[in-house]
Amino acid sequence: MTPASRYETHEHDVLIIGAGGAGLRAAIEALEQGARVAVVCKSLLGKAHTVMAEGGMAAAMANVDKADNWRIHFRDTMNGGKRLNNWRMAQLHAQESPDRVRELEQWGALFDRTADGEILQRAFGGHTFKRLCHVGDRTGLEMIRTLQDRGVEMGFDVFMECTVTRLLKDGDRVAGAFAYWRNSGDFVVFKAKAVVIATGGIGKSWKITSNSWECTGDGMALAYDAGAELLDMEFVQFHPTGMVWPPGVTGVLVTEAVRGEGGILRNNNGDRFMEKYDPKRLELSTRDVVARAIYTEVKEGRGSPHGGAFLDISHKPAEYVKRKLPSMYHQFKELADVDITRGPMEVGPTCHYVMGGIRVDAETGQSSAPGLFAAGEVAAGLHGANRLGGNSLSDLLVFGRRAGLAAAHYAQKQSWPSMEDAQVDLAARRALAPFACGGGENPYAVHHDLQEVMQNLVGIFRTDEDLRRALVALDHLKQRAKRVSAQGSRVFNPGWHLCFDLDAMLTLSEACTRAALARKESRGAHSRIDFPKTEDGWGRKNQVIVKKGDAMDLFEVPRPPLPDELEQILAEDK
Amino acid sequence: MAQATATLRVYRGDRETGQAIDYQVPLTPGMVVLDAIHSIEAHQSPDLAVRWNCKAAKCGSCSAEVNGRPRLMCKTRMDSLPLDQPITVFPMKAFPVIKDLVTDVSWNYEVNKKITPFRPRPNVEWKMDQADVDRVQEFRKCIECFLCQNVCHVLREHDMKKEFGGPRFFVRSAALEMHPLDGADRAALLKDQLGIGYCNITKCCTEVCPEEIHITDNAIIPLKERVVDQFYDPLTMIVRKIFGSQ
Repeated sequence: MTPASRYETHEHDVLIIGAGGAGLRAAIEALEQGARVAVVCKSLLGKAHTVMAEGGMAAAMANVDKADNWRIHFRDTMNGGKRLNNWRMAQLHAQESPDRVRELEQWGALFDRTADGEILQRAFGGHTFKRLCHVGDRTGLEMIRTLQDRGVEMGFDVFMECTVTRLLKDGDRVAGAFAYWRNSGDFVVFKAKAVVIATGGIGKSWKITSNSWECTGDGMALAYDAGAELLDMEFVQFHPTGMVWPPGVTGVLVTEAVRGEGGILRNNNGDRFMEKYDPKRLELSTRDVVARAIYTEVKEGRGSPHGGAFLDISHKPAEYVKRKLPSMYHQFKELADVDITRGPMEVGPTCHYVMGGIRVDAETGQSSAPGLFAAGEVAAGLHGANRLGGNSLSDLLVFGRRAGLAAAHYAQKQSWPSMEDAQVDLAARRALAPFACGGGENPYAVHHDLQEVMQNLVGIFRTDEDLRRALVALDHLKQRAKRVSAQGSRVFNPGWHLCFDLDAMLTLSEACTRAALARKESRGAHSRIDFPKTEDGWGRKNQVIVKKGDAMDLFEVPRPPLPDELEQILAEDK
Repeated sequence: MAQATATLRVYRGDRETGQAIDYQVPLTPGMVVLDAIHSIEAHQSPDLAVRWNCKAAKCGSCSAEVNGRPRLMCKTRMDSLPLDQPITVFPMKAFPVIKDLVTDVSWNYEVNKKITPFRPRPNVEWKMDQADVDRVQEFRKCIECFLCQNVCHVLREHDMKKEFGGPRFFVRSAALEMHPLDGADRAALLKDQLGIGYCNITKCCTEVCPEEIHITDNAIIPLKERVVDQFYDPLTMIVRKIFGSQ
């Protein structure tokens, strides 16, 4: 019997890995094109990290500020990203976001309203106008539920709590995936004419993070192993406001909407310190600036009792705060014994988002590996060196749709792939290795140590010395990760799962560290103490990482020049 | 902190057999039950099965029964519990156990498929008043933790999963029925396929909802009224008798 028939096998035109906003939007579009679509996700449907998105989705609808349009959204995005963005992605994103939001509404999403019944928009950091369509502070939940219902209605096949451990190839072409059911531990083979990766970020490699257990960079690692290029991996966003107390909730996100609704940051002297760091935009400066400001205030001894800054919204009427920020109100009341309508929150930077990821074509989301597409946080390009708040949810919709469309069209032109049994066998052997490694390393201990390394050495401020120390430490951790062992059975075993996750986290941590070491300047979220200036030369190139044998190869590519009409828009900065 | 450690008595087992096992866990300030479970995973039993994602009461993954009360573990503070005795952590009772704290909730996803999705009325103008949106937004807060399903006696005691949809899906139906621009009619579905008549409004669901949705008062009762109006209104019944049902 061949391995392909030994394991449960499914065939689809398009296989989508990940069921957050980008994966679901891609699935809907591929279904729209008549493709047979499978969605594979590690958690239950509707639990992906998109539910954690709070503040809103940016789209130049001009419902509140009539002067807004896509050009200004484009310019804000490029300026926020320190112009390292893929200009074409920034253009498409700004142009298409309003349609994607309206479409969501037509599928049943219920946004907060303006007085004349339109979708309400709120202010956010780095956006010139009030631009974020929102539902209180639970916009991500509204979005994921709407997409989930739409996809179920259209009829995708969902494989929940099913983890992909390896992509399968037919020659050079990505043609499926090897996975296991978490509920049984049994293996499953997916064959597909096109594969879309939409697995989100890498934040779980840092100790203080807003990211859930799923954000291990597994999708990027799958793509990297399959030969796809990674781009801009040095750019990791630390959100300025995570909870800092109590310890169990350290890093949990405090939405930027608190500042969007008028929240003020103060240090322990009561100074509104953003006046010093960005006197024009204050609390609504971009995230890289605000995160560095809070970090600096704390480091210089002006922090709050638990090592953060004070964020205060209590000058607004209590009813207003509860209405616009209901989950923040409950989160602080229940988890930190703080009533945010009466006093300030304590907040500090938390690892939140990776701007880097799989290098994709702007129009289609196609990676450098044939048959492999990517969309959402896992893909790179739109956000450049720093993402603006609110641009992520619209990213998921705009590029999720484009990737689904392109994958479906690609699939129409392909024949059914054939796969060698050997790669399926190899994938199965690798998956089971941790059970054969009795008395080896505890994966949780290795993960803990990885988080310490990334938090302390590859954080908000970086130096050559720290980054080199990080590479040595990562090398050591890789050796330990080879000896991790799993206990118990294959049925719903988190320790076993963490063994695969570690491989992905280590790969992406190394990519981030290598790229950070090579970029000898400071730009957006990448701050080098030893190279504090933003250099024009570095602004004209991106860094690419690709697998060469067993080693990581890093090289520079020139950033494509902007067409004149877009240069013109940037030059019109008011 | 008065006490250095707590004892957690956690269900360990699968569909067939299982037992409660005690673990000593060091306490930290502000600790929640999910933190304690994670501590057990990291230091004592790496194969302890638990679902979780956001750790901030936004995803509804970590539902369990803590000291017999159905709760989200990420929202249940250790210092709110009597720490001088073991804290019991068991899986939701209304669903079959897969392993330890993880239950098979797939039935819920099947029920969901029965519900007629959003059907905007033809040629609507996409404008809505906040006042009309408010009541639907209450239902849209649902994070699908399934705690309401777990405590509903129609499901928990009588296991009527074939006949009955459960509070979660009355909440979803209510959100659709009360959407200002929706044009579909779900009364027959609620009556026949979701069995709303079996609910005798004991409000157990409302009590456990971590999102504080007034499930019984704001969703179920208005839906029951719609069903009654359409199918049991005496006048309509007479008209139907005379002219035949439509």
